[in-house]
Amino acid sequence: MNHIEKTVAILKEKFGSSLLRVAEFRGETTVAVKRSALIDILRFLKDTPDLNYAFLADLTARDNLPAEPRFVVVYQLRELQSNTSLRIACPLPGQETELPTATPVFINANWYERELFDLFGLTFAGHPDLRRIVMPDDWQGYPLRKDYPVGCEEVQFTFNFDDIDRRKPYAKS
Amino acid sequence: MFDSELQDPQLDKLKHLFSHRALTGETMVLNMGPQHPSTHGVLRLVLELDGEIIINMVPIIGYLHTGVEKNMEDKTFLQALVMSDRLDYLNNMGNNLAYSLAVEKLVGIDVPERAQVLRVMLVELQRIASHLVWLGTHAGDMAAQSMLFYTFRERDDILDIFEMISGQRMMTSYIRPGGVWRDVPSGFVEAVRAFIDRLPAKLKEYDALLLNNPIWLDRTKNIGVIDGQSALAWGITGPALRGSGIAYDIRKAMPYSGYEQYEFDVPVGKNGDVYDRYLVRREEFHQSLRIVDQALRRLSPGPVITSDRKVAAPPRSELGTSMEAVIHHFKLYTEGFSAPEGEVYVAVESPRGELGVYLVGNGGPRPHRIHWRTPSFVNLQALPVMARQHYIADVVGIIGSIDIVLGDADR
Repeated sequence: MNHIEKTVAILKEKFGSSLLRVAEFRGETTVAVKRSALIDILRFLKDTPDLNYAFLADLTARDNLPAEPRFVVVYQLRELQSNTSLRIACPLPGQETELPTATPVFINANWYERELFDLFGLTFAGHPDLRRIVMPDDWQGYPLRKDYPVGCEEVQFTFNFDDIDRRKPYAKS
Repeated sequence: MFDSELQDPQLDKLKHLFSHRALTGETMVLNMGPQHPSTHGVLRLVLELDGEIIINMVPIIGYLHTGVEKNMEDKTFLQALVMSDRLDYLNNMGNNLAYSLAVEKLVGIDVPERAQVLRVMLVELQRIASHLVWLGTHAGDMAAQSMLFYTFRERDDILDIFEMISGQRMMTSYIRPGGVWRDVPSGFVEAVRAFIDRLPAKLKEYDALLLNNPIWLDRTKNIGVIDGQSALAWGITGPALRGSGIAYDIRKAMPYSGYEQYEFDVPVGKNGDVYDRYLVRREEFHQSLRIVDQALRRLSPGPVITSDRKVAAPPRSELGTSMEAVIHHFKLYTEGFSAPEGEVYVAVESPRGELGVYLVGNGGPRPHRIHWRTPSFVNLQALPVMARQHYIADVVGIIGSIDIVLGDADR
């Protein structure tokens, strides 16, 4: 039994009722978990000496609009002895956008979560410093959501510069 | 200097990140960047200083944010490729490779042997080019200005090779899903061979300027120390992690493109300071040269892109004689190819660390979601940990030692 099979077996035994789905695609294993057990599972995976998923390689999300659950937050964990990767996916019920922060477990989740707050509008309860990170502080909307159009900033040319300028929110002379 | 509270409304939002001494004016809050010449791009740092000692530091990024991920979701898999070069502008081939590997894994495409060898050769040349820029700018930051002229001279030779094969010096888009754009022209092998024969002597020159230079040693030894376990906890990868003594390299840990067939060592440091990170990259020049040399020997004739007509265009010569080829050509460039529903994560070792691509397909010809896990973004997060309790003059050295590219961090 290799490390990933062992992990899935232990997770099923320990958190059986909190697991939603175990999927395998192109040799990568994704375990979908309930939001209520997310942090416990992450901590268990990191702190159990047998499992030892100590490295949070990536944390991101995707928007499945119009399907529900709409937002799925994805944690890319790695065990560094056998280089086993495990993906934990946490679908947020319905259209909800709040979930607990992973920063007490993985300190480097800090910026990843700020990025998700910035670009998806997800809020992480208990995050120490939840501010926008790549967009300007006063930006309206969350660009990576599927209902946010590409190129929604109008392009100004000489012939329509003033027309578009008048509709912009900043102060006019 | 602030009397009773931070007056600037922008700084007011950062209040919780500084000590209470900043609020009484006992320590000074100083802005550095984003136009500072030594922050390697548009990085802004807000420093809290006690005299010249850094108490805390808040990196502020986003000045180069271009919404690449959003843009890629709006393009077909082939169109989106050209955006990957523009993320990390010192690692164009590596970004092309990470993206191509992700698409290949998602769609299920096989890559011919010759293309694999070319890919390895080119990303290693790119690693050398990137490290040359790092060495020149890093040393320049710490007053060894002349390095830049030497390292850029050698880097230009690599860019000439890239221009020879792709027509572009930087935004190559040469590595593509299924293989590489087209076969290398005659003279390529000789040019690479000449370059890897020439470089070791130049590396000796760089050593003569830096390796035992007392000013360089003073400015790099025991500066910006981070131990291996903290580095891992912060998600640091690449030379910055190896400088702290952890021999973790994606090329060894999760080999891709046939890296398991090449012989090379993973250099590690001991102290995790700026000097050790310098030593690690210095040794990586030699290891990359070794890999390029092996790849040159391994290069054998053959196709350079998959023969699967659904993902790679038919050769020009077929278009005049085969209706099938015309249809494939038309479908590929108008509609593109479709990826199944599913998600993959692919990581490669970029010159800066783990470059990961998380790609989700939805059955259509465009990515449903693509996320770039970029090493600069993650490594930058640990900058305050390395910089605390050091002098303000050492900040530029520490920034240089983690070798950030802001295009990579901001995406």
